[in-house]
Amino acid sequence: MELSWGPIFARMVVQFLPVWIALIATFAVSITYRRRLGLYGKLFDSPVGMIGFGLVMFWVFTALFADLIITHDPLAQLSGLKNAVPGSALKDTKGDALYSHYLLGGDALARDVFSRMVMGARRVLTIAPAATLFAFMVGITLGLPAGYLGGKLDTLLSFIANLVLAFPVILLFYLLVTPEIRATGIPIVLAAVLFLFPIIFMTILFNSRYFTNPRQRNLYVGITLAIGLWAYSGLAFNADPTGIFSMDPNLLNVFVSVVFVNAPTVFRIVRGIVMDIKARDYVAAGQTRGEGPWYIMLWEILPNARGPLIVDFCLRIGYTTILLGTLGFFGLGVSPESPDWGSTINSGRKLLTLFPHPAVVPALALMSLVLGLNLLADGLREESLKD
Amino acid sequence: MLKFVLRRLGVMILTAIVLTFIVFFLTNLPPNLEKLARTEGSVRMDDAAVARWVVENGHGGSVLSRYSEWLGVKAGWVLTDDKGVTRGRCIDAGVTAETAPRYCGILQGDWGFSTFAKEPVTAFLGEKLAATGWLMLFVMLLMVPVSLLMGVLSGMREGSRTDRVLSSAAIATTATPEYVSGVILVAIFATSTTGISPILKEWGWIDGNTLFMGTATSALDGFTFWNFGLPVITIALYGIGYIARMTRASMTEVMTQQYIRTARLKGVAFKDVVMRHALRNALIAPFTVIMLQFPWLLNGVVIVETLFNYKGFGWTLVQAASNNDIELLLGCSVVAVFVVLVTQLISDIGYVFLNPRIRLS
Repeated sequence: MELSWGPIFARMVVQFLPVWIALIATFAVSITYRRRLGLYGKLFDSPVGMIGFGLVMFWVFTALFADLIITHDPLAQLSGLKNAVPGSALKDTKGDALYSHYLLGGDALARDVFSRMVMGARRVLTIAPAATLFAFMVGITLGLPAGYLGGKLDTLLSFIANLVLAFPVILLFYLLVTPEIRATGIPIVLAAVLFLFPIIFMTILFNSRYFTNPRQRNLYVGITLAIGLWAYSGLAFNADPTGIFSMDPNLLNVFVSVVFVNAPTVFRIVRGIVMDIKARDYVAAGQTRGEGPWYIMLWEILPNARGPLIVDFCLRIGYTTILLGTLGFFGLGVSPESPDWGSTINSGRKLLTLFPHPAVVPALALMSLVLGLNLLADGLREESLKD
Repeated sequence: MLKFVLRRLGVMILTAIVLTFIVFFLTNLPPNLEKLARTEGSVRMDDAAVARWVVENGHGGSVLSRYSEWLGVKAGWVLTDDKGVTRGRCIDAGVTAETAPRYCGILQGDWGFSTFAKEPVTAFLGEKLAATGWLMLFVMLLMVPVSLLMGVLSGMREGSRTDRVLSSAAIATTATPEYVSGVILVAIFATSTTGISPILKEWGWIDGNTLFMGTATSALDGFTFWNFGLPVITIALYGIGYIARMTRASMTEVMTQQYIRTARLKGVAFKDVVMRHALRNALIAPFTVIMLQFPWLLNGVVIVETLFNYKGFGWTLVQAASNNDIELLLGCSVVAVFVVLVTQLISDIGYVFLNPRIRLS
């Protein structure tokens, strides 16, 4: 029996039950203790920030509990449900082994749109924040010395950053994310360079703080290098002997390109903030105390630049999500089976005027996530300005 | 002023050279050339034959020398094969080796021959650029007034209800990339099964099956509101939010200035304060933003032309890239890089020109 929109929504609400419970728990705890939680707690004073946080956490929990939420295997094709309208009933539920309906219909390959959308959240929410984090590591590690030391280094780095920024993003993707380029090994070279930055960042961070106490320094830097280089060998070269860290070459290509596109903007932001902050008194005080330049950059300037950086981090995750969607939309670097939102929109658009639902569902999902991130950033900006 | 413009121009030319070199390098990677050899020569060539084809067609040698040939600062390659036939980069059909020019790069206006379109890149690309030009024109005509109006209206009374509604709308549009808004707009206005079209048809308000058309292919022969409306709205929507937020920020800053308060205290009507005193100063910052939106529009153009199947510049770029049409892709890149750099230059100079407070040096 086919379902109408009322029961469809009711059933979806039921499927999302773990998410609701987690959301309510998060909000209850956060609102109760918001006075002790710093900037995060203040977020709950602003309605805009709360709505944004709610939307973002909805998708985060959806990604976490995706296995509990989905109604069907996202890759399973069931006969008779090709392009089925939302709420279509299964012809054969195999004795209640399968969920009785395709809640949001079926796509052109008769797969469940709802389950694919839910699984897509998991994919998007693992790649986008990680790629943004890497872009921030690169941008911060290069932006701090460019802004603080200036001179030839700044001129050179800014020129390179402007070069990358002058590239139309789509053109860059079409050049960087192709099967041909994978054969030349350029993505691996890029990965080898870009993935080095988090290790450099953490090493300098601990070294500049603890170099007066060699035992502590050796411990922290040692741990960083051990874990960092282990992950590095696995992620960049796929040479991790234990196999814990590895990345599919397709995914590596996409990941590296997205980091590469984002890093120059972060660099420019960090550089701008540093140039503003370095004229402050506490920086001058640090210099007079005889602190090294890296200590001042990482332990004096960076913590004071956190406000704008956190706001930009939220915005940038949204932007990265859009970029990943763009890649999926053009079918670049992702397998056709992948449930990520960009590729599902792409595969759905061919029959868009006849069966809009396979494309509209992931489109709305992507939009709500990015909207949530933008609202969250707006709320954070508002609250951090109140100090 | 002249010195500033010249220096900017110098940096711009250097950037253009580096960027085109990168594009040239990435489009002329060995795997791309092998693929080209197999499509242009024969599919059944063995590896040695492929390697020979690549060298005989001027794709051998260092990247730098090939780039200089392509740019037109180095004489094009000439090769006489075993049968005594002389071929070369500059020797087109109907020209003998003696009469052919020595240099033929993009500087000489020879952009190569497109293997996808089977015609010279300049002719093909020119036609497609004209189509995209119309799209851009309508996008600008819609985007600029709407976004400035939104920004000014929400910025002139910060915190009012109008402000909150318009700001929320602006945030919502910036969260909606073109491929999302395009899909949603088509689902609402251009499908015969969902959205408002079936209702309108039932009421007898529209003749066809759908209100708007889901493709813009017919717009090439003559555009109407119904076949061109959705692509234009889709591209404009993403930019509107961004420009509106910038305008709002600029407007709220101006509205807190002393001279605005003075004007208000003198008894000038609020409308006149906004129109005469605030507006001109508030529109300096959005000018830069609008100019810098051009590279963004390029992005939107590629997505929307693919989505609505409008055969313009963006569509050409996608076709060139997916068909391994090296010369056409290089042509597209030159245009794209040129657009981005020129808009950057104009926005820099324009900003200085509009804002007398900035000192040049």
